[in-house]
Amino acid sequence: MILVVAEVQRDGTLNRATWETVAAAQQLAGGEPIVAAVLSSARAGAVGAELASGGVSEVLVASHEQLAQYTPDGFCAALLQVVGETTPTFVLLPHTYQARDFVPMAAARFGAPLVTDVTGIEGTGTDAVFLRQMFQGKLVASVRHRGSGPRFVTVQLGAFRADAVTRGDGAAAVRTMAVDISPEAVRQRPEEPFREAKQAVDLGQAERIVAVGRGIKAQEHIALAERLAAAMAAEVAASRPICDSGWLPMDRQIGSSGQTVAPKLYIALGISGAIQHLVGMKGARTIVAVNKDADAPIFEVADYGIVGDLFEIVPALAAELEKG
Amino acid sequence: MKIAVCVKQVPTREWQPRIDESGAWIREADASYELNEPDAYALEEALRLRESHGGEVVVCAAGPARVQQVIREALARGADRALHVEDAGLAAADAAVTSAALASAMAGEAFDLVLTGLQSDDQGHAQTGVMLAERLGMPHSTIIMEVQVDGGRLRVKRELEGGWFQWIELPLPALLTIQSGINQLRYATLKGIMAAKRKEIRTLPLPAGLESGQEIVRLSVPTRSKQTHMIEGTPAEAAAELARCLREEARAL
Repeated sequence: MILVVAEVQRDGTLNRATWETVAAAQQLAGGEPIVAAVLSSARAGAVGAELASGGVSEVLVASHEQLAQYTPDGFCAALLQVVGETTPTFVLLPHTYQARDFVPMAAARFGAPLVTDVTGIEGTGTDAVFLRQMFQGKLVASVRHRGSGPRFVTVQLGAFRADAVTRGDGAAAVRTMAVDISPEAVRQRPEEPFREAKQAVDLGQAERIVAVGRGIKAQEHIALAERLAAAMAAEVAASRPICDSGWLPMDRQIGSSGQTVAPKLYIALGISGAIQHLVGMKGARTIVAVNKDADAPIFEVADYGIVGDLFEIVPALAAELEKG
Repeated sequence: MKIAVCVKQVPTREWQPRIDESGAWIREADASYELNEPDAYALEEALRLRESHGGEVVVCAAGPARVQQVIREALARGADRALHVEDAGLAAADAAVTSAALASAMAGEAFDLVLTGLQSDDQGHAQTGVMLAERLGMPHSTIIMEVQVDGGRLRVKRELEGGWFQWIELPLPALLTIQSGINQLRYATLKGIMAAKRKEIRTLPLPAGLESGQEIVRLSVPTRSKQTHMIEGTPAEAAAELARCLREEARAL
């Protein structure tokens, strides 16, 4: 049996990554049953019903008032009890910030192996080999779990297709399981989530985006990207290191910690293509990459690529477009 | 406050990894190495906390002998001393082994606060910090963008996805994984580099019997998921051809 742990968003709905994880589980299962678990206080009603229609054999709602707000201690305790009761061969979760926060704790407590940020699966069942990126996406590792006990896996966002999920013919049973979490065992006291300031730009609405990365080298070179953006009616955006350096405001950041965009055209200048950036832009219809490093992972998702010096190519391209 | 910072030495970003004869690891001798970038931010945060709250900053690393390069660098930036679990086998270790190795060296030190980077630029498991917290019996919080210390408690700003944040309160001792960009990094001064030569690096053996949770069967160069049209020529030629493609083929302009 394979256990998929769903992730419920702040608005009480399932995130898309949960369905991507169900798709990964179906590929891995090779006919084995899949159980979906929700860790929740009480609001799992609609979520439970939604999961039950998703081609799983059972939905398990682990319920406790300590799970009303996410904490790593609370969710780890609940997950350990669900895994202890269901004894799955694999436990799959999406590789979200939340899973990163509590799944390694659960794996360490179990003494169980954990393979994170998986992009592909070869084979089925306990013989399966998992693919994951290493060295900033420059290599792919084929990895096998070792040791005994449940094998934990987190699945990279966007690596499996949510619409590939095979729906069941009937709704699966939804079972509530009482879990025991003592309040003293939860050491973190979370406050309400908030946004820093109202986002000045909604890059999600932009038709075209010119994004800069480390290759831009200095703040004064941002003007190059701004000129190109002006020539094609595009917004300027950046990868994380540029915003960390304060060269562009944080609300122009594309990637897992910033905005996710799917414009008609995305031009990546001097961006190597770390996965944290790619998850935010690989849905763009046309992707152009300009980078001096021919081996940069950004070229793997690009439709058009130029290997060369962006300080020569960008002014030439801007001039070309300004001709009209 | 007694603060530990865990650092990892990783191949530089510029190095194109080459696969060794086994097919399951890189040719380490060909690589040049640097301090894992998120760990540099964790170190900087530790130094700032020491400046405002007093105490000491201890660098902790688990890796082969070459790791002394980044330990010396951390000492030059201002850390007080270092613990180094040294073993050639740690070069390719997974998070289960690395966290157990670090815990063996750190358990007796009674640190108030342990900081790590949020993940490494080489294997990128994003597990070591959280597993280390569990092995040290400490509460943790991850992907932290601000740290406030008030008496025996911490209040930390945790980054969520999509531009959201959340404040978390937790008791000391605790472990935090630090997000890149939390602060502005300082670099070593000549005085710092000289002073680092006299600072203590205690080398400890790897405890026997640690088992990794996973095995790398094979490394490979990624295959392209898309057919990329690579445009060549002089900058002017390439720019003209790209503009033509975007207008006529992709219809994106």
